[in-house]
Amino acid sequence: MKIKLKVWRQKNQQDKGGFKAYDVDDVSDDMSFLEMFDVLNEQLVKKNEDPIHFDHDCREGICGACSMYINGRPHGPEQTTTCQLHMRSFKDGDTITVEPWRAKAFPVIKDLVVDRGAFDRIIQSGGYVSVNTGGVPDANDIPIPKKIADHAFDSATCIGCGACVAACKNSSAMLFVSAKVSQLAMLPQGQVERKTRAENMVSQMDDEGFGSCSNTGACEAECPKGISLENIARLNREYLNAKVTSDNI
Amino acid sequence: MKLDSKIPEGPLAEKWSKHKFNIKLVNPANKRKYDIIVVGTGLAGASAAASFGELGYNVKSFCFQDSPRRAHSIAAQGGINAAKNYQNDGDSVYRLFYDTVKGGDYRSREGNVHRLAEVSVDIIDQCVAQGVPFAREYGGLLANRSFGGAQVSRTFYARGQTGQQLLLGAYSALSRQVANGKVKLYPREEMLDLVMIDGEAHGIVTRNLLTGKIESHSAHAVVLATGGYGNVFYLSTNAMGSNVTAAWRAHKKGAFMANPCYTQIHPTCIPVSGDHQSKLTLMSESLRNDGRVWVPKSKEDAEKIRKGQLKGVDLPEDKRDYYLERKYPSFGNLVPRDVASRNAKEVCDDGRGVNKTGLAVFLDFADAIKRDGEDLIKAKYGNLFDMYLQITGEDPYKMPMKIYPAVHYTMGGLWVDYNLMTNVPGLYAIGEANFSDHGANRLGASALMQGLADGYFVIPYTIGDYLARIPSAKISTDHEAFKTAEAEVKKRLDNLLSINGSKTVDEFHKDLGHIMWEYCGMSRNEAGLKKAKVEIKKLREEFWKNVKVLGTNDELNQSLEKANRVADFLELGELMVDDALNRSESCGGHFREESQTEEGEAKRKDDEFSYVAAWEYNGVDKEETLNKEDLVFENVKLTQRSYK
Repeated sequence: MKIKLKVWRQKNQQDKGGFKAYDVDDVSDDMSFLEMFDVLNEQLVKKNEDPIHFDHDCREGICGACSMYINGRPHGPEQTTTCQLHMRSFKDGDTITVEPWRAKAFPVIKDLVVDRGAFDRIIQSGGYVSVNTGGVPDANDIPIPKKIADHAFDSATCIGCGACVAACKNSSAMLFVSAKVSQLAMLPQGQVERKTRAENMVSQMDDEGFGSCSNTGACEAECPKGISLENIARLNREYLNAKVTSDNI
Repeated sequence: MKLDSKIPEGPLAEKWSKHKFNIKLVNPANKRKYDIIVVGTGLAGASAAASFGELGYNVKSFCFQDSPRRAHSIAAQGGINAAKNYQNDGDSVYRLFYDTVKGGDYRSREGNVHRLAEVSVDIIDQCVAQGVPFAREYGGLLANRSFGGAQVSRTFYARGQTGQQLLLGAYSALSRQVANGKVKLYPREEMLDLVMIDGEAHGIVTRNLLTGKIESHSAHAVVLATGGYGNVFYLSTNAMGSNVTAAWRAHKKGAFMANPCYTQIHPTCIPVSGDHQSKLTLMSESLRNDGRVWVPKSKEDAEKIRKGQLKGVDLPEDKRDYYLERKYPSFGNLVPRDVASRNAKEVCDDGRGVNKTGLAVFLDFADAIKRDGEDLIKAKYGNLFDMYLQITGEDPYKMPMKIYPAVHYTMGGLWVDYNLMTNVPGLYAIGEANFSDHGANRLGASALMQGLADGYFVIPYTIGDYLARIPSAKISTDHEAFKTAEAEVKKRLDNLLSINGSKTVDEFHKDLGHIMWEYCGMSRNEAGLKKAKVEIKKLREEFWKNVKVLGTNDELNQSLEKANRVADFLELGELMVDDALNRSESCGGHFREESQTEEGEAKRKDDEFSYVAAWEYNGVDKEETLNKEDLVFENVKLTQRSYK
């Protein structure tokens, strides 16, 4: 099939940027969306044009690097990552618009590549259990009900791609933050730092310039890993509880 | 050169404890005076950097990705082995050791492997303490499964995303040290050279991938945790960015590359669909626990399936050939990876492949679904089935999956001694980047184990032994060695940008991949390898005359990054071929057609090849020197593997 693309091109952070149109012929159903971009980039290089820059790595839907905003939706029409989106989701003759994630906290670096360092800094502010290597109890000394472990896993499955932020009209990072806070709040290992974690991670999230949550649910709808809004509800409870009975004395 | 593996004396089970006591320690107050560079943030790199930080060393942690959490360990699916014997089924440290040495086809070191089995139990404790949500039973204790060729259930898992959960655990420990100021992160920064001062590794030269700036970083020791080099085949299950550059540059500075021809071809990947294919996707080997592998008995039926005139699901039982169950009655579908892969190739070469390209076999869950119900199968493999549906558009709950082998893991890597130090003083290699623990073939669920064993529980001890012997004075990056290395790196990049030929980097990479897969892939022979050597040389020459790399060095330039990596693959590929030529025996993942039994099984030649082949770089376009480290087996009796 033949596809028309409108792609955001921006040379660097200072550049104003704009859309550029491309035609890609010989697109097959079995191609992934990124493989279609590979084909286009090969053509561009042959014509001495700068290839389109985009983040990608594992191409298995798990590293969270890929981040294209396709036809107004993060990762495109299916609830999956861009690398797992296949061209069979489109029709011959379709025009597809591709932009980078748009959020103040994720500045554009070049074309479709953005800086998601804010997510790393949020994890650094408290997204862990403070145990050193060695000297920990035997793994089976910490029994955890299966149901709790499964719920914690569901939250832990976040890949940190930032689709939730890109989907949100306020560019809120609540789904990302709440997933990590929830995972550790549910598990016995996370109890000791439960309150400070919620406070510190929310505080870092605010410092990074992410917007507020107004519970529209766009993040959940677009999350390629199906992270649920329940996490946000839990974060709100955790945060309120932490503020009222703070450990930060 | 005589290679000293530094395996401690004494009984196998006491070597590591004794060694830990005998090696030198750095006084707690002095640790802050030492700087360590860790390149790579996968399981090995992140766990090492975090553990060094906790001990008090100053750590600089580098990765080419935008965040340490994206390292390719994240994509490991199946699980992690540990000799916990939680299932009361006869597992032990010794059994894990024995299985690993045997699985590696007796081409690994007993001492290293036993240590790996010993520390495996600590890894699980550590990960659970970090909050890694492993699968659990209803009683709240950890669940296990049996995995790839093991006859005990010792594999811990987190659905089909074990690598992700373990990496996020290590990443969280790393993040904590960043917050504590003990680790400084350098994301989107790629190592392009190793810097040596007076014969010791004292730093690296990197390129900031956003600005193109060439930077020098000094340290008292350099740890490479840069993963494997499977992307030399172009198509592999590695991430697009996975590369050999850091390890290869270290090799060119004197570090030996050991057993580079040992490549693991994974049997359960989604088959290639066309020329546009950019990478291959693995379906966890755990699928073979419940899936049955088959092709039609007759070529005619296979032909009909390929043309879409017949569906696999409609072919009656008596017309199917469950070839693994037929040939290997005791192991069946759970034979080791290399055996499963070669058999798949064999039936496809026989004209019985089942997809459009003829390069696919069925992996069928119909019986398992009938036996256990769809819900249970979904609970075990749900995400893998979803992924398969997403990529192929076919529903594996209704139709048998199609699979084919793909390059997955490289057992070869930088030569290291028992302390995980290369032959270059101060330079360490951990995780997939080194060669040490898997011999000629890695068992399923052992990569995660080795990465974390090296990073959490081995190198934090052994690096102290080296640091305690060297002065703590800071090393200045004003040293001439840094300037020279920077200049060389710049020259090479300028060179790549100035060629302005007519062939793209990807085209060269694909050509190299074809040569490697054809002649240095699942099975190898002398004539093919000799041909490959000539072709790779030719391709490399052409590359440096005709590659087309656009843009400049002063910006984010993904073509330049790729070109730089492919240039190194073009050199590595030739060394792999040399190594495969030299080793005229079959062992593990390395199958030489000249060396097989009458039944077509791999035949080792223990008298001739019971050694580690460590290759020494001699300069551009010069043949490398082979150094041998003899493998001594004091505890395990060498037998030809049999999975009948």
